[in-house]
Amino acid sequence: MSVLQVQGVCKRYGGVHALREANLNVEAGRIHAVLGENGAGKSTLIKIMAGVVPPDEGAILLDGAPVSFASPAAANAAGIVCVFQELSLIPDLCVADNIAISNPPQRFGLIDRRAQRRMAEQALARAGAEDIHPLALVKDLPLSRRQMVEIAKALARGPRLLILDEATSALTAADVTKVYAVLKRLRAEGLALVYISHRMHEIVELADECTIFCNGRSVAHYAAGTKTDNEVVELMIGRKYDGVFPARTANVNRKAAPRLEVRHLAWTDRLVDISLQLHAGEVVGLGGLDGQGQRELLLALFGVLRGTSGQVLVDGRPVTITSPHRAKGSDIGMALIPEDRKTEGLMLPMSVRENLSFAALEGLSRWGVIDTAAETEAVQRIVQLLSVRSDGVDVAAGSLSGGNQQKLVIGKWLMVAPRIILLNDPTRGIDVGTKHEVYELLRRLAAEGAAILFYSTDYDELIGCCDRVLVMVEGTVKRELVGTQITERALVSSALSLGLDPGRVEPRAAHG
Amino acid sequence: MRNTAVTTITTMWRRIDPAVLAAFGCIVLLLLLGSLYSRSFLSPEYLLQQLKVASFLGVIASGTMIVILLGHIDLSVPWVVAVGGMMATACTGWGPLGAAMAIPVGIGCGVLLGLVNGCAVALLRIPSMIATLAVNAVAQGLMVVHTGGFSPQDASSPAMRFIATGHSLFGIPNALIVWVVVGAATIFLLLRTRFGRTVYAIGNRESAAYLSGARTHLVLILAFAIAGGLSAFGGVLLAGYASKAAQAMGDPYLLPAIAAVVLGGTSILGGRGNYLGTVAGVILVTLLQSILSVMQIEEYGRHVIYGVVILAMLLVYGRGRRHSE
Amino acid sequence: MKSDWPYHLREHRGTLLAFLGFIVMFAIYAANHPVGLNANVATTAANKGTLLAILAMAQTLVVLTSGIDLSVGMVMVLANCLASTIVVGTPLTTALGVLGVLATGAACGAVNGLIVIVGRLQPIVTTIATGSVFYGIALALRPVPGGDVNASLADLLTGQWGGVPASLVFLLALVLLVWTPLRRSILGRAVYAVGSSEVAAYMSGVPVQRAKFLAYTMSGLLASVAGLFVTFITYSGEASAANGSTYTLFSIAAVVLGGVSLFGGSGSAVGAIFGALMFRTIGDLLFVFNLEPLWQPLFQGVVLAVAVCLGSARLLRVKNRLDVYG
Repeated sequence: MSVLQVQGVCKRYGGVHALREANLNVEAGRIHAVLGENGAGKSTLIKIMAGVVPPDEGAILLDGAPVSFASPAAANAAGIVCVFQELSLIPDLCVADNIAISNPPQRFGLIDRRAQRRMAEQALARAGAEDIHPLALVKDLPLSRRQMVEIAKALARGPRLLILDEATSALTAADVTKVYAVLKRLRAEGLALVYISHRMHEIVELADECTIFCNGRSVAHYAAGTKTDNEVVELMIGRKYDGVFPARTANVNRKAAPRLEVRHLAWTDRLVDISLQLHAGEVVGLGGLDGQGQRELLLALFGVLRGTSGQVLVDGRPVTITSPHRAKGSDIGMALIPEDRKTEGLMLPMSVRENLSFAALEGLSRWGVIDTAAETEAVQRIVQLLSVRSDGVDVAAGSLSGGNQQKLVIGKWLMVAPRIILLNDPTRGIDVGTKHEVYELLRRLAAEGAAILFYSTDYDELIGCCDRVLVMVEGTVKRELVGTQITERALVSSALSLGLDPGRVEPRAAHG
Repeated sequence: MRNTAVTTITTMWRRIDPAVLAAFGCIVLLLLLGSLYSRSFLSPEYLLQQLKVASFLGVIASGTMIVILLGHIDLSVPWVVAVGGMMATACTGWGPLGAAMAIPVGIGCGVLLGLVNGCAVALLRIPSMIATLAVNAVAQGLMVVHTGGFSPQDASSPAMRFIATGHSLFGIPNALIVWVVVGAATIFLLLRTRFGRTVYAIGNRESAAYLSGARTHLVLILAFAIAGGLSAFGGVLLAGYASKAAQAMGDPYLLPAIAAVVLGGTSILGGRGNYLGTVAGVILVTLLQSILSVMQIEEYGRHVIYGVVILAMLLVYGRGRRHSE
Repeated sequence: MKSDWPYHLREHRGTLLAFLGFIVMFAIYAANHPVGLNANVATTAANKGTLLAILAMAQTLVVLTSGIDLSVGMVMVLANCLASTIVVGTPLTTALGVLGVLATGAACGAVNGLIVIVGRLQPIVTTIATGSVFYGIALALRPVPGGDVNASLADLLTGQWGGVPASLVFLLALVLLVWTPLRRSILGRAVYAVGSSEVAAYMSGVPVQRAKFLAYTMSGLLASVAGLFVTFITYSGEASAANGSTYTLFSIAAVVLGGVSLFGGSGSAVGAIFGALMFRTIGDLLFVFNLEPLWQPLFQGVVLAVAVCLGSARLLRVKNRLDVYG
């Protein structure tokens, strides 16, 4: 009995198709898993189903009748509740307040605290989180407990269809087991559940049926257990190869001291004992699922994180890097191309020239005064080198396209001739042409002697650009793939913790 | 040298906001309206007098502008101005050596207070509004103790009186020359130095400036120190003009300084602003004040009009974003 | 079943610390007072303390939404000048006068709220500008100090009721009748939510705009109550800009001392009240210890500076420096 049907839904953001011909059928009393890589369209689909954004084309049918949701509140009223990845909890309020935030029980016009507390306790019990005290402040709870509260909050709304978007990503192993039990119980009670996750073993454990998304399309729908992991992975990846990558250089001098060496680096619970070596001329990639500590590793190396333990050595010398300014210093020569170019890489209202020269100002000025002639010359050189397309160097950086903006971020750092280059997902959201220019550039920089450490969520990039790939899982390097070992299967299976020997997975028996 | 000036002027010209043009337009409008009331509003003597009075506000507003460009605010202006005036006059009372040191000492005290502001904001991350309010309160406390609660009796040094009231160079008031020098230095600082570039960067996106390896803490502290020094310098000038300092002499300058900066097109959120605009804003505010008093509009009217004008300009230029954007 | 007490303590930590601070300060004050703690001494102290406490309540509401109201002092001055004109005469005209003053205060707050919400201007600049406007109006009403107020009403609220200062009873009534119901209402909770995380509040369907509007309007209303109190104490109206800005500053100090977070979302008006009483008592300690009144402004300035530093101490524990930037 179908609760919700998504038929031929399309959604465009600017010129990019986030969803194309998306189809999904959710039935009561079943857990429907949705799989796909980053950018496959899963999040957009969820937002449409939960009423956050409207679809451009296609229909959504609730109990067979077409509906359209003007807001999340409307979707909630229809019984569709979503547990989002981004927590919607109010940190300074207690758990009970958060669970009952939108519709608290009232008495004489005021919030009935006792009834609210009972309601919260019921919801927490239903979510398998009885140990959370309803009066605890959300900001005092660790991330894992907060996610449980988020689930309880969703359940308190009495949904018919519950959507969980990567809901277990922040949970501890013990909590994950509890959540499985809860979800199975809800299924038995007749709820329809849509479950999005990267983790294959979860899908195996929970799902009744699966739909795979790739490039905005639903490419496969099958009953759980009727496809091998390999087949699933192949469907998730699809045929996306866009061209040839520049050849890898062979001249890496491994006898000299590594340009960058990390020994037992740790930070809070996000980085757990990381050790690695980076030689001049190498391009090393960081792989693994989102949020396994890759971003934190790059920030730690660049001096942004406080309270790191372990050692970092540059050219064999131990260094303490406590700020980006120190990292940029001529004796270390580190550069970081950050994750979000709009908030971390560029000052968008400022001009192209000002953005490009910003990191190199010390070299371009005498006694604090900027030498405009030198600045102009250096800026023009970089603009030409990177083929930045803009109406001159005095227009605002915000007026450039995404690809050209990213070139500005890279160009800014090229101006200081860095010896160690850290990149945090540099080609996310950029057109194919610019991507290839970036790959060429990285290879050339490596050939000229830079050491490059490069986090990417795009498997093709890791395969095409990197000499070695370090796959990170839960804050530590789980696997190192070298040269020809770097394949899609190896990357995906290491990241999904499928075991060290990919290619040897049998189809499992179907669920009852 | 000429190249520098030409580059600077062309850079400034390119950045001209419609707001700056609007501000200058308002000045012209005000003068025309005033001239309907009395011919003398357009006389050179009157205009020169206004520019002289505007110079005091102009010096103070230069410091305020730098802080606002950072995306912060300096509410310690009232008592830092008073500190500047009172310390300078106090110094004068210590004999000829003291008189020679009066102006630097006055400015120096302002720089010190500005450093405290800067450290609180940059290192302790206390919101600038609160930190500067606290420094203002402490400065007031210090001055009350210093003066014994009475009006300070010390006189200003001859040097102070000279720069504030004298005329040289074809009868141009010295105060105006001082403002021009301060203004030129500010423009140079903001447009041609690493420091100034970083100020704009911090005001636009502090995280990006930090991640680009800029020493954001240092720039913040320095900027507040400069603002403190400029506020105190304003106090020194005022004390020179009146030949002595007075209790609460800085109080009438906080709101007009902020108004002048904002009316000149500088965004209250930081990162955007042209010094020419501040010049226009300062002249606008001074003219407004003058015309209101000549037209014998009561003091209360002045307060109301100030507030309303600032709000009106902000509603046109300084609005935030909607949730859905 | 776990005990609830640790959680109640955690939730009200700021308020309890403020309460303790006040008790300690007051004990020192009372022990060292040259005349000793009799009813009259208590009443005078209570009157001054209540005045700041009411203003602190006003400021708390806006600070909870992670805003700031730099016009509270001026609204108080305006209310004072207005009250000295219309809160006079027969009980009927007096009552109407009181209502008029309260309505004016609420209107001032509403104006602030509208500019911040609809105009999307920053609270700090908005309230500096509106403060100037309110002061101008006050000056128009009372160019020179003067006026009068219904003496019986004034005496009633500033005197004693059976040995207990009337102002304290009034303050208690204000807390019970205004603050407590507000806190437990949906909009009251929304105020906390908005200050804690406006984004999460919006995503959770909390009425963000109504909550902010309520906060600013109530702030103006309470500031006008403070203005009424000034009139009851001084029997006249005075448009003093110095007073207005000083009291605004004091209200911020009281709020910070009372454990209300300047970043919004946590704290209580009760804590701010104790903060205000503590702040006042510290000021009076100078008198008790024979420190010259000359040193009072400096002392209070330093107390404010220390309170502000303590309030921001938690930022030093940030582990990812990038989190510090907006």
